[in-house]
Amino acid sequence: MHNVTFKMGGIHPDDKKISSRCKIEVLPLPEKVYVSMAQHLGAPANPVVAVGDEVKVGQVIAEPAGFISAYVHSPVSGVVKTIGPMPDLAGNMVNHIEIEVKGDVWRDDIDRSTTLVTRIPDDTAFILDRIKQCGVVGLGGATFPTHVKLAPPPGKKADCLIINGAECEPYLTSDNRIMIERSSEIIIGAAIMSKVLGSCPTVIAIEENKREAIMIMSSALSSLKRMTDVCNDIRIQVLQKKYPQGGEKQLIDAVMDRQVKSGGLPIDAGAVVQNVATALAVYEAVQKNRPLITNVLTVTGDCLTVQHNYLFRIGTPLSFIAEYAGGVPAAAAKIVSGGPMMGKAVANLDATTVKGSSSILYLMEEQTKRRPETACIRCGRCAQACPMGLEPFYLFRLAKVDDYAALEENAVQDCIECGCCLYSCPAGVPLLDLIRPAKGNVLRIIKSRK
Amino acid sequence: MILYFISSNMNSIILWTITVLFGLGLLLSVVLYLVAKKFKVDEDPRIDEVEKALPGANCGGCGKAGCHAFATACVADGNLDNNFCPVGGNDVMKKVAAILGIEVADKAPMLAVVRCNGSCANRPRTSRYDGYESCKVEALLYKGDTDCPYGCLGCGDCADACAFGAISMDECTGLPVVDESKCTSCGACVKACPKGIIELRKKGPRGMRVFVSCVNKDKGAVARKACQAACIGCGKCAKVCAQEAIFISNNVAYIDFDKCRLCKKCVEECPTGAIHAVNFPQKPKVKEE
Repeated sequence: MHNVTFKMGGIHPDDKKISSRCKIEVLPLPEKVYVSMAQHLGAPANPVVAVGDEVKVGQVIAEPAGFISAYVHSPVSGVVKTIGPMPDLAGNMVNHIEIEVKGDVWRDDIDRSTTLVTRIPDDTAFILDRIKQCGVVGLGGATFPTHVKLAPPPGKKADCLIINGAECEPYLTSDNRIMIERSSEIIIGAAIMSKVLGSCPTVIAIEENKREAIMIMSSALSSLKRMTDVCNDIRIQVLQKKYPQGGEKQLIDAVMDRQVKSGGLPIDAGAVVQNVATALAVYEAVQKNRPLITNVLTVTGDCLTVQHNYLFRIGTPLSFIAEYAGGVPAAAAKIVSGGPMMGKAVANLDATTVKGSSSILYLMEEQTKRRPETACIRCGRCAQACPMGLEPFYLFRLAKVDDYAALEENAVQDCIECGCCLYSCPAGVPLLDLIRPAKGNVLRIIKSRK
Repeated sequence: MILYFISSNMNSIILWTITVLFGLGLLLSVVLYLVAKKFKVDEDPRIDEVEKALPGANCGGCGKAGCHAFATACVADGNLDNNFCPVGGNDVMKKVAAILGIEVADKAPMLAVVRCNGSCANRPRTSRYDGYESCKVEALLYKGDTDCPYGCLGCGDCADACAFGAISMDECTGLPVVDESKCTSCGACVKACPKGIIELRKKGPRGMRVFVSCVNKDKGAVARKACQAACIGCGKCAKVCAQEAIFISNNVAYIDFDKCRLCKKCVEECPTGAIHAVNFPQKPKVKEE
């Protein structure tokens, strides 16, 4: 079949999937975990445990504080030590619950067996409630609560579910690994979500550089189709390798050839996009009643001799993972959480992992250097690279003079902050650096108007 | 030259061109004159006078779009209660009042005050920021290159915003320094600072003023760990103040400059040296260890 991709813009960075053959290892339990209350998009959760309480693995320790919010569960068993603000990855103070690990006692009603459960519950309300109760959020990066995304607003209907296995960011391999090692679970998870959305057709989209994952997912799908009829409407779509293919709007364009209008949501184009890791979390939540307390994270970098993919308990400090993986290499100049394109540099290695943590990436000094900034000659490469069809060079000039009316007219609010403009600029102009704060201000202005 | 062209028959085309253009110009000027007469916008002549009395910096410090907008507002309101030009100060406002034929009360002169003392010595750098040199960009990415998430980021957005060249970045401390003689208290720096560190405060008699040079809202121990000169919200200053000018909220002290009588008791009491007293006669500048 012809490999598809999105039409507008995009770049082709070296994919650097050097850890793609490293099997997922189970990380041992740390002595203490720090569970953040702001692991999801929306309102931070409210703690429901007190200092000194004994908790089991999977016990609810914080409840959602609003419609767009999520439950947080204890990833370990032990005693709650402190509840209070702690610096997160960026150093901003966020409420955390510190739990001292004692043994590994799980909540009784969690099914920890590895048997594949293919029978999907009939009641969609029950499924949605399970997903909500298990604190599942989108693990593709934005950590949007999944139960909200799976319940489209009235009047809108999804006619396609896309399972995002693009993993277009260089270096990251966690999605690749779970597709190889947990393929059947992911497919069942996709079937569950499809059922909630009214049994819509489902496409699992994988980029062509993940050959092993494509092969294993395809064979798992065909054997599942022989076993049960829940995944008859699922197919696998191979995509060309191009960044930022994992973006919702780009993926919808690539798979369905539909465009989301400016300011619109994917559901406006009749699509819901969920990450493969989310599909796995949904499977475990619905079929095994297992809350989202673990995730897979890649520890990688060119200066690292041995690469790893770890199954970690959410709340494990980054420093513990780095230490277990052999310490921070001397050549590392910058540590990034997330991919090199959209990830954030870590200001504080004592910070903790959250539901959406996908990697610890070590960059060397020469990889962090920027081109010296010279004058923009309007070559238009940034406009060519922009997957949203914006004109970054123009937005940059408008952002410099704070012309918010013109910025809004030129759709700065559609910017997905993928960094293609910055990557492609031969003059080293800090395009995204200035567009990002301008976008924030424009969004604030639009919100205040309502 | 022209006479030569006119006299020569060969160049009669040039003669014609000049005549036609000249005639056209004359005709259009008459049209323009009539249009200008007919569509003349009657503007209060006082607006022009007021504008001439203003400094003409068009800085927007008064909250209007520029000096002309300010002059229009002054004349339209008929009073100066809500209109004050911070750049011109009381002198200019008196002139404006004279033009409008009204009285105006003196306003205390204000000054931009940087409420952060997180110099390189007081506040160790714990990470290195190598992104775009701008406070608003850095503030969006992370807390900053020190452990204090409230303090000055040191990229100089305030200095860039100042239209009067009154703010410069001190290379030694990494903090902005306000030149008292140049600052017009227009407030551009207050808006430019993403951390809300800069505040417009009363200049005080002979420039004497007392202020808390910290905005860290963390609890004492956390704040102190990040910066030696942080306000730890201990409340000693509030207790010693006879004027009840100091109050503590969110673990940080604030001195109300309208109530402060410049007794400096709080400065002596402060355990971290977060309270600064400047321009006092004996001690020109109180610096902490």
